[in-house]
Amino acid sequence: MKDALPLIWRRSKERYRLLGNRCQSCNQAYYPSRKICSKCRRASKLVPEEMPKKGKVISFTQVFSAPEGFENEAPYFLALIELDNGVIILSQIVDSPSERIVIGAPVKMVFRRVFEDGSQGAIAYGFKFKVE
Amino acid sequence: MRKVSIVGAGMTRFGEHWETSFRDLIVEAGVKALTDAQMPGQDVQAIFGGCMASSRFIAQEHIGSLIADQVGLKPIPSTRCEAACASGGVALHSGWLAIASGRYDVVVVGGVEKMTEIGTSRAALALGGAGDQEWELFNGASFPSIYALMACRHMHDYGTTEEQMASCAVKNHANAVNNEYAQYRKKITIEQVMNSGYVASPLKLFDCSPLTDGAAAVVLCASEKARKYSDAPVEIFSTSQASGTLSLASRSSFTSIDATRVAARDAFDHARLTPKDVDVAEVHDCFTIAEIMAIEDLGFFKKGEGGKVSEEGRTALNAEISVNTSGGLKACGHPVGATGVKQAVEITWQLRGEAGKRQVNGAEIGLTHNVGGSGGTAVVNLYKRGD
Ligand SMILES: [Zn+2]
Repeated sequence: MKDALPLIWRRSKERYRLLGNRCQSCNQAYYPSRKICSKCRRASKLVPEEMPKKGKVISFTQVFSAPEGFENEAPYFLALIELDNGVIILSQIVDSPSERIVIGAPVKMVFRRVFEDGSQGAIAYGFKFKVE
Repeated sequence: MRKVSIVGAGMTRFGEHWETSFRDLIVEAGVKALTDAQMPGQDVQAIFGGCMASSRFIAQEHIGSLIADQVGLKPIPSTRCEAACASGGVALHSGWLAIASGRYDVVVVGGVEKMTEIGTSRAALALGGAGDQEWELFNGASFPSIYALMACRHMHDYGTTEEQMASCAVKNHANAVNNEYAQYRKKITIEQVMNSGYVASPLKLFDCSPLTDGAAAVVLCASEKARKYSDAPVEIFSTSQASGTLSLASRSSFTSIDATRVAARDAFDHARLTPKDVDVAEVHDCFTIAEIMAIEDLGFFKKGEGGKVSEEGRTALNAEISVNTSGGLKACGHPVGATGVKQAVEITWQLRGEAGKRQVNGAEIGLTHNVGGSGGTAVVNLYKRGD
């Protein structure tokens, strides 16, 4: 999203360190973090927790037609990744030979530039994953 | 709860309307629906309009007022409903409730979108707003890529093939040939789909619904008064709306849309019917994989068989169940806010026996299925000829 400096700043810790949270009652982990547990709602508290930086690919796609802001990167890989604690996240996969990007492939997090708001705008950093 | 029927239906041609503005599209659809109902404007008591992203496409908000003003029906209440691609379905559900509750006798439900006013990559960004801006679009997840992730997993789990997905597009184009309102009235072949180039693998250009301008409208009336306006009212005898997570990654399944399954079960339970009773269905095929998941999630076929049965022609016109006789989102076109209402227009014509060369023989029970985003919202309605 363009001109979203406060958003980029606010989310930076979560995006740089995979900081999510976990419900103290039912033990469900969340990434991205939530204000209330979807199951326990107001009956429980959520405490911050870093997610594991490793996981495996459970689905993937190669994007050829990119939305505005990502045209220069196309084609690029996106995947659903199940982290080692069972939490599923969506991420780009980079620096990996395309034949190794398959369902079940082990992946680990890397820190990368994600989005650039034109030549003058803010640069947002965050996680991507690569095949191990 | 009172019974609710459709007494008038109308729509613009779907396609690129460079010579027509947003407001002209919605007026055309509304006037057609009221003319079809032979209803004077002063009988209309409220308007519900579905529209997803007018601020992104034409930089206009306050669509409710715009519609009431342009059709000359102010000062009646006019409400915009937004649920991404399910905006039309949610408007229909809301209009239905407004009559069923007893508050109004006559409500016009419209849906509209003008998507070709801006460039393609900017339109893709606007549609991406149907998903999770902070965690999907931020990471470069276009709308097609979200459905591509579902397709990839469906292929892995059930052996669904790209050719099977292509067969949905081929079938929907064949249906659209006989729909004068459709954007693409041209037959296509499996080979053409397979060679149309990846948008987000395994989805190719011809697996995807297009950018479309268009509007659709229906006139809803308390069933007890429907005969005053129509000799062939069509009753919406069950309607259900459900919510799912906004982002795909938070779901429990990637090969099924929870909100569809919940809304379908609820709609069938209320109607005391089963999926086998449905003769004609307009389902949400924003991508071919979406039609495959829809015919499974709605209960027409077993989970995992959607691709196979599509390839076998069991969802073609007058086959086991006729799916997307209008051409669906793929070939009739997908002006996002209008689609949910267009589906009701098509089912109305089918149940009245007015669908011409794409008529389903002896159609008694119709269904519409409208999805917002990748499954954040789903609306399922059931229709039959009114008393
Ligand atoms: Zn909990």
